[in-house]
Order: sequence, then C-alpha cells, then structure tokens
Amino acid sequence: MSALLQSDQTQLEDIEIALLLEGLYRVYGFDFRDYSPASIKRRILERMRAEKIATVSAYQDCVLHDDACMERLLVGLSVHVTSMFRDPSFYHTFRTKVVPILRTYPTVRIWHAGCSTGEEVYSMAILLQEEGLYRKCVIYATDISRDVLRKAREGIFPLAAMQEYTGNYMRAGGKHEFSDYYTAHYDNVIFHPALKTNVVFSEHNLVTDGSFNEFHVILCRNVMIYFNKALQERVHNLIYESLSMFGVFGLGNKESLKFTPRADFYEKLDNRDKLYRKVK
Amino acid sequence: MTFEIVVIGTSYGGLSALQEVLPALAPGFGMPVVVVQHRGKDSDNLCEFLQRYCALPLSEPNDKEAIAPGRVYLAPRDYHLLIEKDGFALSTEAPVGYARPSVNVLFESAADVYQEHVVGVVLTGANTDGARGLAKIKAYGGLCVVEDPAGAKSRGMPEAAIAATSVDAILPLPEIASFLNQLCRHEPRSSYAS
Ligand SMILES: C[S@@+](CC[C@H](N)C(=O)[O-])C[C@H]1O[C@@H](n2cnc3c(N)ncnc32)[C@H](O)[C@@H]1O
Repeated sequence: MSALLQSDQTQLEDIEIALLLEGLYRVYGFDFRDYSPASIKRRILERMRAEKIATVSAYQDCVLHDDACMERLLVGLSVHVTSMFRDPSFYHTFRTKVVPILRTYPTVRIWHAGCSTGEEVYSMAILLQEEGLYRKCVIYATDISRDVLRKAREGIFPLAAMQEYTGNYMRAGGKHEFSDYYTAHYDNVIFHPALKTNVVFSEHNLVTDGSFNEFHVILCRNVMIYFNKALQERVHNLIYESLSMFGVFGLGNKESLKFTPRADFYEKLDNRDKLYRKVK
Repeated sequence: MTFEIVVIGTSYGGLSALQEVLPALAPGFGMPVVVVQHRGKDSDNLCEFLQRYCALPLSEPNDKEAIAPGRVYLAPRDYHLLIEKDGFALSTEAPVGYARPSVNVLFESAADVYQEHVVGVVLTGANTDGARGLAKIKAYGGLCVVEDPAGAKSRGMPEAAIAATSVDAILPLPEIASFLNQLCRHEPRSSYAS
C-alpha cells in the first residue's frame, strides 16, 4: 500500500470515528467525544475486529441499531484496570504528609472520582482505619459505570491478587497483617464490611455531571489519562471547585498538574508522588 | 525525506542492547527517541539506570507531555505509551500480546500521527511484539530498521519484524546508532508537538 493511500485511509477512519462517537452520544447519551483519540481509536478498531466488521461506518450502523452491539462497545471502551495500594509510595506519602493534615479536621469528606471496582477505596479505608481517622470520614466513591460500582459495593476480589496486594500494602506502610482485613472464600476474598460503613458509592459522570459537595480530599487517579486536553481542563476545573481551601488532590503516577489551567492554584506536597494541596 | 521521530522496541536482551545504542546517539540528536522496553511491574529504577548510559536527557513521560527532539523517552512500567498530535498519552488498557507497555501500541500510534516521518527500530526480544507496528510504519512510508537476528541476544522480535514487512535496513547492533545519527543530518521539519 502506498504512503498516500495509508494516510488517506487514516483520515477517513478518523472522520468515521468522530461520526460514530457523535452518534453514540446523540442516540444513547454516552459522551466519549473528548476522550484521548489514540487510545479510543485502538479500542474501537479492536472491537471491530472482534465483531468481524471491516469499516467504522458499517460498525456505526450496528452500534446505532443494535443495543447489544452498543453495550459491547461500551465495555470495550472502558478501562477499569486498578489494584489495591497501586503505587505503594503514593499511599506511604499520603500517610506521612496528608494524614497529619486530616487529624486537625473535625470531619473529613473524601471523593474517589473514577473509583472503578473499588480497590482504591478499600485501600484508603484501611489506611484511615489504621491511622484512627476512619470514624470521622465520609468517602464518596463514584464512577461512570454502574457495573464496576456494583462490584465495588460487594468488596469481593480474587484471592490470586492478594499476594501482590499484600506486598503493596506493606510497602505502603501498612501496620497490620493484610489478611486481617478480609475473609477468604474459595477463589475470592471478601473485605470486611466495616471498611465500607462510611463509604457512599454512586454514579457520577465527570464529563456531564457537576460538583456535588465540597471535599477535603479528592483522588482522581488514572482517569483523566483517557481524556483529551480540553476535557482534562474541564475536569480540573470541576475538581478545583469541589475542593475546600487547603484540600488535598491526588493524581496517578504519570499524570501532572503542569500545563493545566489550575496548576498555579496548588502546591506540591511531595516531589515524587502526585499529591497536591489547594492554596488559592 | 525528513524524519521526525525514532521509535525503538525491544524485550529480552534489550537492556544491554540499549546500553550500546543510547550512548552512541550524537549529542544534540535532532529527533525525539521513544523507547518501549518490556519490563516487569517492579522495574521502578530502569529510567535512572539507563540515564547513566545516555548523554541525552532520558525520562518517563507524563500523560500529555509534549514530545521534544534531543530527548529519550522511556515507556513507564505497567502503562502503554501512545503518541498523539499534542504529545504523549498513557493508558492502562489490557496488555497487548502479554505486554504493557507494548511495542505495537507505540509504533502504530506513532505512524498514525507522524506518518512517513517515523523511523521504527526493532531490537532483540523473545516474542513477536513490534512486527505489526513496524508493518504499519512501513505502510505509511516510514523507515524500518531491524537488529540483525544473527547477532541479537534473542532472534524472535527481529525475525518476526523482518517477516512482517520489507525492512529498509538490517544492521548489527553496533551500527544502529550511527545509522540513526546519519538520518539526523537533515534538519527535521518542525515537530508536531511544538
Ligand atoms: C483505569 S480506572 C482507574 C481506577 C483507579 N482510580 C486507579 O487509579 O486504580 C479508570 C476509571 O475511570 C472511569 N471513568 C471513565 N470515564 C469516566 C467519566 N467520564 N466519569 C467518571 N468516571 C469515568 C472508568 O469507568 C474506570 O473505572
């Protein structure tokens, strides 16, 4: 295939993808139009291969007329990868630098935006419990996907993952036996329900829903990497508006506040881990 | 023909291969160099390690970071590294061919944005990652370079790449950096990321 043909084909495909995403939004209300283009394209083309459909236009026909086909696309477009104490040093820094701040508050409201299946939330609950703060905290755990929220509410995770999580927990500064927090049941473990007594799980879409409270801590980790710059800016504004003065904001390891419109409104709490404090 | 970006993919044996290629890149190398080295989940210090062998500044890019010439970028552990019009993008979507980061993901996204201005380099590795991506670079009219399987620590990736497309140069490891340096002698067009 000649260079020209390949680039023409790409251009056409990009137009078709924009039309498909527009259709998905207008017909079903799911708005992926401002997601990160390279990765969204990969996942659409992957779905098409699985459905054995050759062009995006033909795929659009299927998505817009067949609910089941659309549901499969939604699943394909979502990335829910998460783990407990992901990036242990983040939680370690949270313990040493954020916990002392939280001790000074009478009550603490925490928002996990894009909490996926809840591993991050249970990790935080464990940490807060060990620091004696859990009782005065309310944790709001939200995601766009009803499916992952249902799993998060259950708090049931595969036993096979516990070895990795135990290592993470220890490196994150865990103070007990990690296995104290769950009960094994065949191939799964169930985390102790006490960890979720102060957790509110609910649907929230960062693209279309507004601010719903004022928080002392907001974690939005590895969610905005799937958004394009314009959408990232909007979400950064939403988070800024939802954070109390001197509130703490946590991002994923490879995300940065630099070059976002709110960069100057925060101070770094740590040089390596992505924890910031709102100062303006 | 002007080239604007070099993408390098490697797996088993890649660490020593990179220790040979990176130090030999000319100071002021005129293109960005983006590297996927397959790596384990706890390979936290790879970046610091490789920097010791590389005169050009080397870093793991943050999401949406701009892509600058004369720098080496290493895909972080446990993320795919993709290239978009306004910089890097990261993703934790499923491993591709058991790999995250995946060479194919980097190569294909680089080709989509930089089209015929990409130089793709496949080095040693014991699987087939990179072959499909290199074919895509070729389809756009980019330049494909593969380490000579005869001398490679592991022949798998170089052989798969050679089988997947008509590569432009099959070179022994010691010649790869000087080949890339030659390509830089022409002033690159302004970068997409600037
Ligand atoms: C990769 S997971 C990150 C999970 C966790 N925060 C972590 O770092 O391990 C990304 C999550 O963001 C959610 N998400 C994607 N778009 C969203 C949106 N517009 N509003 C809210 N959540 C969204 C996805 O459903 C997914 O569960």
